[in-house]
Amino acid sequence: MSLSERLHPGLNLAGTDPEGHEAAEETLFGFWIFLMSDLVLFAVLFATYAAMSVQGIAEGPRPAEVFDLTAAFVETLLLLFSSFAFGLAMLEMKYRENRRGVLVWLLITGVLGAAFVGMELHDYYVMITEHAAPPQASGFLSAYYLLTGTHALHVSSGLVWMVIMAVQVAVFGFSTPVKLRLMRLALFWHMLDVVWIGIFTFVYLYGVAS
Amino acid sequence: MSRRIAADTPTVDHAEEGRERRSYVIGLVLALVLTTGAFAVVGLNLLSGAAALAALGLLALIQAVVHLRYFLHIDLERSHRDDLLLILFTVLILIIMVSGTIWILYDQHIRMMP
Repeated sequence: MSLSERLHPGLNLAGTDPEGHEAAEETLFGFWIFLMSDLVLFAVLFATYAAMSVQGIAEGPRPAEVFDLTAAFVETLLLLFSSFAFGLAMLEMKYRENRRGVLVWLLITGVLGAAFVGMELHDYYVMITEHAAPPQASGFLSAYYLLTGTHALHVSSGLVWMVIMAVQVAVFGFSTPVKLRLMRLALFWHMLDVVWIGIFTFVYLYGVAS
Repeated sequence: MSRRIAADTPTVDHAEEGRERRSYVIGLVLALVLTTGAFAVVGLNLLSGAAALAALGLLALIQAVVHLRYFLHIDLERSHRDDLLLILFTVLILIIMVSGTIWILYDQHIRMMP
């Protein structure tokens, strides 16, 4: 097995840190198993939402009446750029082990992520106060808040994890365990962006288009 | 434990870094185009009805593949087929669970219509 070989999906340390590269194979494969089981959780929430958004309207408002596509578009861009910024943080870590560079990119990632969560909470506020669409209004709205809320909770825990990693980078520097934790956080963050593709398409765009 | 490798080995491979940076940039550009396209379909009423839903579903599928390929670096290389199998198997489970749930609940809904 050559050490420049890619051992797992995601950014590999091959070429810059052979020791960390080998340690990463098992750890990151395990994390992929977690990510896939997390994806199963989201899939079940999507299935519930798909059924409820059509058959569970009851006396409440319809999806097209409560969704704000402009907000959804901005949220999509925030999360996409945040994912991209994390990618640049990982390159800074891999090729330069530059603490300042990594911390700056992590900060940008975190600010964009926090803005995303803030906008989503604002969406909820507008829906509840202006459109009379709280979770208890109908099956559709219960499923909507459950699905997007679970995603927002994931992003928020990613933000907490990011703060912890920033402290670890500042205190411990780039030891192998710190690098592997950052690589797992990167996978988690990119995967949340993939889940968001499903949400903006099947919740917001489908809701308004149909 | 801090098993740091010697920091004084600056074997930074610029070509390799450029290649990986380009991967993120390509992913970002493609994702922006696909996202804007999807919102344009609905926002500008380019399509309607079943055609719009089909186009949106297709755009989402392509964008998910773009994210997996350029941000999560998943490809068809032989060295990590195990991981690809894990992902494909999960996708199979997802399809069975999601389509099964929607089918069953829709069927129940139809039967309970007054």
